[in-house]
Amino acid sequence: MVKQKLIVIGNGMVGHHFLEQLAARPERALFEVTVFCAEPRPAYDRVHLSEYFAGRSAEDLAMGKVDQYREWGYELLLNDAVASINRKEKTIISASGTTRPYDHLILATGSYPFVPPIPGHEHARCFVYRTLEDLDAIRAASEDARCGVVVGGGLLGLEAANALRELGLEAHVVEFAPGLMSVQLDGGGSELLKNKIEDLGVTVHTDTATELIEEVGGRLRMQFRGDRELVTDLIVFSAGIRPEDKLAGSAGLELGERGGIVIDEACRTSDPHIFAIGECALYDNRIFGLVAPGYSMARTAIARLCGESASFTGADMSTKLKLLGVEVGSIGDAHGRAEGASAITFVDEQAGVYKRIIMDGAGKKLLGAVLVGDTGDYDQLLQYHLNGIELPEQPEQLILPAVDGETPALGAGALPATATICSCHNVSKGQIMEAVQGGCCSLGEVKEQTCAATGCGGCAALLKNVVDEELAALGVEVNNHLCPHFEFTRQELFHIVQVGEIQTFDELLEKHGRGHGCEICKPTVASILASLWNDHIHSKPHVGLQDTNDTFMANMQKNGSYSVVPRVPGGEITPDRLIVLGQVAKKYNLYTKITGGQRVDLFGARLEQLPEIWRELIDAGFETGHAYGKSLRTVKSCVGSTWCRFGVQDSVGMALHIENRYKGLRSPHKIKMAVSGCTRECAEAQSKDVGVIATENGWNLFVCGNGGMRPRHADLFATDLDDETLVRYIDRFLMFYVRTADKLQRTSVWLENLEGGLDYLREVIIEDKLGIGAELEEQMARVIGTYQCEWKTAINDPEMLKRFRQFVNTDEPDEKIVFVEERGQPRPARDDEVVKIAEPA
Amino acid sequence: MNQVAINPAPWQPVCQRSDLVANSGVCALMGDPSATGPLAGRRSIALFFIPHATPQFYAIDNWDPIAGAGVIARGLVAEIDGELTVASPLYKHHFRLRDGACLEDSNVCLRTYPVALDGDCVSVALAPDRQ
Repeated sequence: MVKQKLIVIGNGMVGHHFLEQLAARPERALFEVTVFCAEPRPAYDRVHLSEYFAGRSAEDLAMGKVDQYREWGYELLLNDAVASINRKEKTIISASGTTRPYDHLILATGSYPFVPPIPGHEHARCFVYRTLEDLDAIRAASEDARCGVVVGGGLLGLEAANALRELGLEAHVVEFAPGLMSVQLDGGGSELLKNKIEDLGVTVHTDTATELIEEVGGRLRMQFRGDRELVTDLIVFSAGIRPEDKLAGSAGLELGERGGIVIDEACRTSDPHIFAIGECALYDNRIFGLVAPGYSMARTAIARLCGESASFTGADMSTKLKLLGVEVGSIGDAHGRAEGASAITFVDEQAGVYKRIIMDGAGKKLLGAVLVGDTGDYDQLLQYHLNGIELPEQPEQLILPAVDGETPALGAGALPATATICSCHNVSKGQIMEAVQGGCCSLGEVKEQTCAATGCGGCAALLKNVVDEELAALGVEVNNHLCPHFEFTRQELFHIVQVGEIQTFDELLEKHGRGHGCEICKPTVASILASLWNDHIHSKPHVGLQDTNDTFMANMQKNGSYSVVPRVPGGEITPDRLIVLGQVAKKYNLYTKITGGQRVDLFGARLEQLPEIWRELIDAGFETGHAYGKSLRTVKSCVGSTWCRFGVQDSVGMALHIENRYKGLRSPHKIKMAVSGCTRECAEAQSKDVGVIATENGWNLFVCGNGGMRPRHADLFATDLDDETLVRYIDRFLMFYVRTADKLQRTSVWLENLEGGLDYLREVIIEDKLGIGAELEEQMARVIGTYQCEWKTAINDPEMLKRFRQFVNTDEPDEKIVFVEERGQPRPARDDEVVKIAEPA
Repeated sequence: MNQVAINPAPWQPVCQRSDLVANSGVCALMGDPSATGPLAGRRSIALFFIPHATPQFYAIDNWDPIAGAGVIARGLVAEIDGELTVASPLYKHHFRLRDGACLEDSNVCLRTYPVALDGDCVSVALAPDRQ
């Protein structure tokens, strides 16, 4: 079979989505795919471009990976734009002179930033905000600058202003129109947004037209209409986008009057062999400058290539976002332009909240909405709008603050199965119901299977409603009891233990449980007791509650022997201590391996050897490493500014500080941390529960990352923190996790199941919305204040040491534990090897 | 106190009561390498003491045949559907303390042994009480 030649021109987010979606289909095999990318690197996440300034690296933002494309069998040509299309011959010629024939051509050329033709706009310190290279240039120019101006008060312009502010500049926004975000917001909404942004130190100049830019005394003078002026050091243009349609135009494809490649419902251009998708395409005389409609076009084009009948018929352009910390939402016809439309507005000047809903003449359907300062109602309003659901009798209740819970909540049941719940991944209510019917019983499982709520996360609360409702409809009792012995969740038990000051498992079982307990509730309660009261895990009432690793304070290996991991804070170790580790390993014939957490693991210790081994390690100054516990493991670090020419902070010092601070903290699951000394991120902090990355101005804090079986990239939580604030946030974060997580739930899964997600977590930790900040810190201080090295206590307590006898009736070792040598070290003998040893020679 | 029927099984004193750990297990080495019959070979046995249960004492093989390691004594005691079990530390199979049955695999059963307390002395009858 001859494969059809498919050429994709452009490798932005939409082009990448096309390739990714195609790779997942069996029809992939029908095509020979070539990708032309004008930029030096494949697709990256432009939606989160600003995070590049906040510590995300180019690799973090990458979407298309060279290796991945190779795996998919695509030919990827970087740094090579397509120069011309010969439609008659069906060939293209690239800038580097490559000629390729095609059967199908996909134009995903995107858009370019519009720069108003103001005299002086080509000055070297005028920039646009579009690519990583643009951001590098802005960052470089900001180094000796004091002031920066963004021309354009739209969504991207405000992001750029925030970026300038974070680069330490005095930031201004200059907007031609009378208000900010004039496309999405009405007058009232944009006025409030302006006030809020000015409170944050960004100066906003609306109704301001720039007439001239000139260099005066090494700075840039902006001349505005009406004899006003502003002197600045750099200017960023963010005055909208224009479709990149030059290539299509010179090939004779039909373009719109004001640009854009005209497409039909199939996403075909005026040439049936050529598709156009994303921001370069013009459908129904509109350009769709959001990612979701672009993705939808990509999926439509693929379906058509595969002979299916999907259509793109426009898209909803509603948006919800946080700009400079201000929540902004816009739905549908925000300006109430429809004939006969009427509106209801709610303003709370004190709290800085503006909400407006626009209804049809009959007051039955929601046409649009504007929300500034509080977007809590966004999801519900969007569902009313998208699904044409009839509004309640008194629609104002939808935006008025709740009085005694009177707000009529739109139950998930009111939504049709076709309702889109997650617009990032285009997941409908029907698909979620199917997932639940197919056996997904928790929010986490549904997210994993459907991808819903894994994009912006804005639909998480609604998703939970749909899942709960479907579970209830199936008659599945949502039972989150810890186990048959306690009819409580872990979080409830934590509260019971704390408030009732319960000190032992037996006391808790007697007062609030039943039976003898099991391997679920015993370690869970032991962990709660340790988090709250921090007794030695081996003190009398707690014996028998722990799994074997905690019980013997070592990690059991497959043959019943243990491995021992002393703490090496931050991975920093003196030669003398390193020698001690070697000497101990040699003396007890232990297998040694360096761990991923920058420590040394000593394997093959017999139960009865553990106390002797620890006595030697403790004499040399080591402490237990808690490798056996659901507790802080290690804080990995790079050498940082002390040695590294790129380092900007002392990462080892910080790693030592936090490892020593949180060592011994018992938690629902293990906790891993890392500290990197610069954005190169050599300590891999973004795969940890708590990741700290140095910046010029302090530390960026990442949370809830994970490696292992289900890797999760950590979320950027807060930026440019000083030492004290960093530690305060980590204190609160960890204690909040300890209090509220389910048993054996890592921070990554905990966050995914946390209603309100990352934003809520920020509100609790940073803004102290629940008013528990001080309490969390106090609780952490108590744990830190009562730290003891468990092994040091154990080797000095004859009662505890009795536990480490292999046999209670003899000092003989367990003859079943046999080692053989491999690569100069011991390892457990295999079954066949044991027999051989047992047989007389 | 434990009621143990006195049968002709060969009782062996194992340890003192104070060697047992409440709600947890310890391990004892039993058997006589020079003997023949039921006493032949050496055998390590896990002893559990559950103060609030009836009976309070249990003796069960320490060898976990599924994991291939002698680790049962170091498992966590867990009540599953009203039955006391020990969860083996390596692969978490549950073995019933009263008869050694594995809850997850009906083909596997550990041997259990009668336990008697004589004053402070804990004794175990090595002849299997079942099978």
